[in-house]
Amino acid sequence: MPSELHPAGGDTLIEIDHVTFGYDASRTILNDISLRFQRGKVTSILGSSGCGKTTLLRLIGGVHAATSGRVKFDGEVVDARDRDQLYRLRRRMGVLFQFGALFTDLSVFDNVAFPLREQTDLKESMIRDIVLMKLNAVGLRGAAHLRISEVSGGMARRIALARAIALDPELIMYDEPFAGLDLISMGVAARLIRTLNDVTGSTSLVISHDVPECMAISDYVVLLANGGRIVAQGTPAELMESSDPEVRQFVRGEPDGPVKFHYPAPTIAEDFGLGAGGGR
Amino acid sequence: MGKKGIETLVGLFVLLGMLGLVFLALKAANLTSFGGGDTYSLTAKFDNIGGLKPRAAVRSAGVTVGRVASITLDAKTYQGVVKLEIDKGVQFPKDSQARILTAGLLGDQYIGLEPGADEKNLAAGDVIVQTQSAVVLESLISQFLFNKAADAGSESGAKK
Amino acid sequence: MNFLALLGARALRVLQSFGHAAFFFVDLLRAIPVSLRRFGLVVAQIHAVGNLSLVIILSSGLAVGFVLALQMYYALVTYGATESLGLIVNLALVRELGPVVTALLFAGRAGTSLTAEIGLMKAGEQLAAMEMMAIDPKERVLAPRFVAGMVSMPILAILFSAIGILGAYVVAVLLIGVDAGNFWSIMQDKVDVWRDVGNGIVKSAVFGVICTFVALYQGHETDATPEGVAYSTTRTVVISSLAVLGMDFILTALMFSTP
Repeated sequence: MPSELHPAGGDTLIEIDHVTFGYDASRTILNDISLRFQRGKVTSILGSSGCGKTTLLRLIGGVHAATSGRVKFDGEVVDARDRDQLYRLRRRMGVLFQFGALFTDLSVFDNVAFPLREQTDLKESMIRDIVLMKLNAVGLRGAAHLRISEVSGGMARRIALARAIALDPELIMYDEPFAGLDLISMGVAARLIRTLNDVTGSTSLVISHDVPECMAISDYVVLLANGGRIVAQGTPAELMESSDPEVRQFVRGEPDGPVKFHYPAPTIAEDFGLGAGGGR
Repeated sequence: MGKKGIETLVGLFVLLGMLGLVFLALKAANLTSFGGGDTYSLTAKFDNIGGLKPRAAVRSAGVTVGRVASITLDAKTYQGVVKLEIDKGVQFPKDSQARILTAGLLGDQYIGLEPGADEKNLAAGDVIVQTQSAVVLESLISQFLFNKAADAGSESGAKK
Repeated sequence: MNFLALLGARALRVLQSFGHAAFFFVDLLRAIPVSLRRFGLVVAQIHAVGNLSLVIILSSGLAVGFVLALQMYYALVTYGATESLGLIVNLALVRELGPVVTALLFAGRAGTSLTAEIGLMKAGEQLAAMEMMAIDPKERVLAPRFVAGMVSMPILAILFSAIGILGAYVVAVLLIGVDAGNFWSIMQDKVDVWRDVGNGIVKSAVFGVICTFVALYQGHETDATPEGVAYSTTRTVVISSLAVLGMDFILTALMFSTP
């Protein structure tokens, strides 16, 4: 449900320019990828496990430096080695980690207040108001006093979301926000992502392999494959109607297609001792 | 546990540490006996300092009144030059004697000061003229053997 | 030939990890001034690392004091030199046993707790989350713990020695019947504040740096799995203990070689 509040024509907030990256020399995770993410839009990066979605997120956040190519945030090249520039850019980003990554030694309130207390000089009374507002946006204002050990998985994700938006960042990155959630929580999460994006005018990047939810809330979708190449990109509608077998297999969830069901193995005859010599 | 509570406990911890340090320094070590008192220097020269070491005690009538600050060799006279730090409150006459004594039979060596009879006292930087070197065990033994041999010789000489 | 290549590769990896650890150490030192400004964090950590170790340190110190007095008594009584019991117990504690045993206990109790805590924070992506919030985990999480360890170790070692001496007094004077006057006076005469107590404190400060650094480094480098954390905590104890004992030998040779 792309929104009418923010019509197209926005700037490019993030530009991935011919980026290649691998954690070590033997495995290339991303291979000469070029992408653009529009300001104000919800963009989903889809793909099966291990295709490099989370790595892309890390490159944008400057956790790793690309082996070749550049990552640009709002026109500035993200330099993973320059800590001051990196921290300056990161203050404009909010990240929702896969399982929340909440600070287990603090309460719910203190978790959301953490970026405010560390990055700003606001008075405690103001911080309290902001924290409660953010918690209210995710529907957990009543849970502010709880300890992290007392909250469920779905609640933890929402608290992490409240923490990620505490400083009203321009870019919010969601790392597998739907993984492991029940249907209700998934619906809640999807609705939150979309509403937040529209209301605050920020840009959202959703990393997921959950096709239905992502298709429902995204303005733009990018499909990555193993080996780090872009299979397809476009609006949700375009991808759903695509005739490319790889795209079709992914969006329809077919067990076998260009992505094989069987892991490479010797033939059945060899493994089970059948064939010329007969069984034992 | 509130923040105030933790701060109090940590303060207690540090205080305990300091008390322990004070205990160790005062009750269990030599801080009181000769820590920060004012001292003046005296020098004494010995033919043989024996086993005297720096920081050895300087005693008079058995009471510790100072410490040995340094021991060096006078290159011209080949004597051991011992610099002493004496408590300011204790003065010794100019003709006092410094002897190197042993605490117990096999104990550490220290300097014993025996006061003389002079009316004038030693001032800071003065040299103690009268000294008695340490007793060296080997010299004692060779002396003993020499005496024994001499006795035997004179006996046999007398018999002849 | 293959064996040599493996050995060489292993050696290179060890060198690389030393270098990595050295860089980590320098980063940690650089983060200390910033963390001192958030003194509340340091205080909370001193509580976790120092106060909570008091029970084991004090009880061990007392026990060591008891046993030392007993053993030294049996050794000295054959020479009729039991009045030196206080002196010997004091020197043994203040120069050696205080700093070393405290360091070993510290590595076991506080070191493993630090490693596990940091390792689990890493496994739960808490450190990465902090990084993405443009907050340096070294300044906010690691350096306060490092300062706390550096401060707590000497205090714990002092308390160990002090209570050990008191324990020895109880056994020697109250139970065995060694003369109390001799016990304290010979001790006071021969133990030098600067040389013995002071050097002991220097030793324990060095050991504090070693144990805390190893614990934090192992936690920071741990594999983000349950087995990884378990392995790292074991490594903390082993490496800390060996480093402390090795350093003790070097420091003792430097400090106490001339009588």
